[in-house]
Amino acid sequence: MATVSLEKLVKRYGSLEVVHGIDLEVADREFIALVGPSGCGKSTTLRMIAGLEPVSGGNLKIGGRVVNDLPPRARNLAMVFQSYALYPHMTVRENMGFSLKIAGQKPEDIAPQVEEAARTLDLTHLLDRRPSQLSGGQRQRVAMGRAIVRQPDVFLFDEPLSNLDAKLRTQMRVEIKKLHAKVQSTVIYVTHDQVEAMTLADRIVIMRDGYIEQVGTPEDVFQRPKSKFVAGFIGSPPMNLKDAEIADGQVVFANGDRLPLPARFRDRVTAGQKVTFGLRPDDLYPAGHGIHSGEDADVHRQDLRVILTEPLGNETLVFSDYAGAEWVGRMLNPRRLSPGEALPFCFDLSQAHLFDRESGRTLRG
Amino acid sequence: MNENAKARINGFFLSAAHKIGLFLAMTVICLPGLWIVLASFRPTVEIMAKPPVWIPQDLSFDAYIAMFSGVGQGGIPIIEYFRNSLIISVTSTAIALAIGMAGGYAFARFRFKAKSSIFLGLMLTRTVPGIALSLPLFFVYSKLGIIDTHFGLITAYVALNVPFTIWLIDGFFRQVPKDLAEAAQIDGCTRWQAFWQVEFPLAGPGIASAGIFAFLTSWNEFALASQLTRSVNSKTLPVGLLDYTSEFTIDWRGMCALAVIMIIPALVLTFIVQKHLVSGLTSGAVKG
Repeated sequence: MATVSLEKLVKRYGSLEVVHGIDLEVADREFIALVGPSGCGKSTTLRMIAGLEPVSGGNLKIGGRVVNDLPPRARNLAMVFQSYALYPHMTVRENMGFSLKIAGQKPEDIAPQVEEAARTLDLTHLLDRRPSQLSGGQRQRVAMGRAIVRQPDVFLFDEPLSNLDAKLRTQMRVEIKKLHAKVQSTVIYVTHDQVEAMTLADRIVIMRDGYIEQVGTPEDVFQRPKSKFVAGFIGSPPMNLKDAEIADGQVVFANGDRLPLPARFRDRVTAGQKVTFGLRPDDLYPAGHGIHSGEDADVHRQDLRVILTEPLGNETLVFSDYAGAEWVGRMLNPRRLSPGEALPFCFDLSQAHLFDRESGRTLRG
Repeated sequence: MNENAKARINGFFLSAAHKIGLFLAMTVICLPGLWIVLASFRPTVEIMAKPPVWIPQDLSFDAYIAMFSGVGQGGIPIIEYFRNSLIISVTSTAIALAIGMAGGYAFARFRFKAKSSIFLGLMLTRTVPGIALSLPLFFVYSKLGIIDTHFGLITAYVALNVPFTIWLIDGFFRQVPKDLAEAAQIDGCTRWQAFWQVEFPLAGPGIASAGIFAFLTSWNEFALASQLTRSVNSKTLPVGLLDYTSEFTIDWRGMCALAVIMIIPALVLTFIVQKHLVSGLTSGAVKG
């Protein structure tokens, strides 16, 4: 069990810097998810922690010990690869016991450990098969089994579920969560899927272009995004983000449509300021089909025309037209809507966000 | 006749034509080999007969008996030739494989300056016909005093085989996902262990095929060997074939018998290694 600290960690390929001095403290037994779009540096960061990429600058500590120049085998961690990276010429049993064999343990000591891990992951009946004879989900479990057997200080996951179909992914997500509860070790989990990050992690690190945009609990990053980027990245469907200007104590959109300025931003903006207005789909709903969390006074009512609907069974996503742009709302207890229909909508402004248009930072205190 | 019956009959004729075509192709490939084996058992009169005698009338082991009867009694120093061929082929193959593995791995895994030019340069060496090298090699070798030595031929064959083994093995290492060696390193291997435990076994079929090719090249090579060897010290089996030619006659039967002796080890080796040439061993390593 160990902490992991990144101190001004830098990765350069020649003159190209891809990770720009990031700082991060991962507590012992914490489950941390690194998320971000492709090319944001999350996988590179993970590979530096694993020791598969040399560190170009800063310090990397595992359990308080600087490991910058140590080879992967000296860091006592385990990694589950996106491709699973099972050894195809070995059986499941040999795959799982490989690290112990390399560590010089005797076959009779290895067997019970492998069987124990196999029991945990329900792999016992597959132990004598080769990876080519397994399904995607089974390979995924073997890859996790291989990681558990090592009893590492830190588990690293590199987009482990992205090769599975949607149903299996949900199932494996639960298994990973159970596994973490059971083995209680530090986990660093890279994904581009924000749902995985939200559901699994204790804290989420959102990365963009080699910088950390925000670190926080799932509630933090969802409810209090520090930037327009985080607001747009976390949440599905994404937050409605529309450019606007502040005038006469109101939010004025490009086509002249207006919304009242949310109360908590009144002292934080000046007239004429260029902003981006953000509202989650959950906070934009047909009247009577949503839950507003603030005071009644914060709810702005407005008739909108429905463009398109996406029924999901328990709820319906409603795309409607406002201020010259498309807005997504969420309708609870849905009824059938037809395109073109006009409906009274509620904008729950107590949940609205304002970002500085230039810097993209939140204007909330 | 309905459409289905028509399609069935068409299919039948197509598959018959396919089989006849295959049979003809195999005949063209196999007949010369078969003819050599047959000729080694037939008297010269029958071999030289015009029109050819298709069905052998008189088969005997005379050529083989004579071959092993010793020099002066119609024999040749076949044991020495065989020994030379074996030493030279095996050693040069082993060295070419070692270099080929190192080189192939480097080309497949590492990025370095002028990589593609070096690779191209290696391949270009194969465009020079071997026979064109024999005279320059002869001069160099005679200055160095390594004419008629095992060392000389081994060096020449290693140089001949290395570009090919590098090229072939490079391709096989490329098929072994990089993730596997990384996983092995995280599992506690050094880079060296990761290579031998994971990457080497997976590239095994490729290394085996490179080995067969290198061995056969050295085993069958004639042009260079005929220039660089002189005596039983280093003469190989292909050069030994020339022992059956004299000023006025060629002993075709003896030559064919020696050719058969040469073919047998190559065939045996190919059969042994063949079962290791299972491709698709890497399937299941990564997603799919």
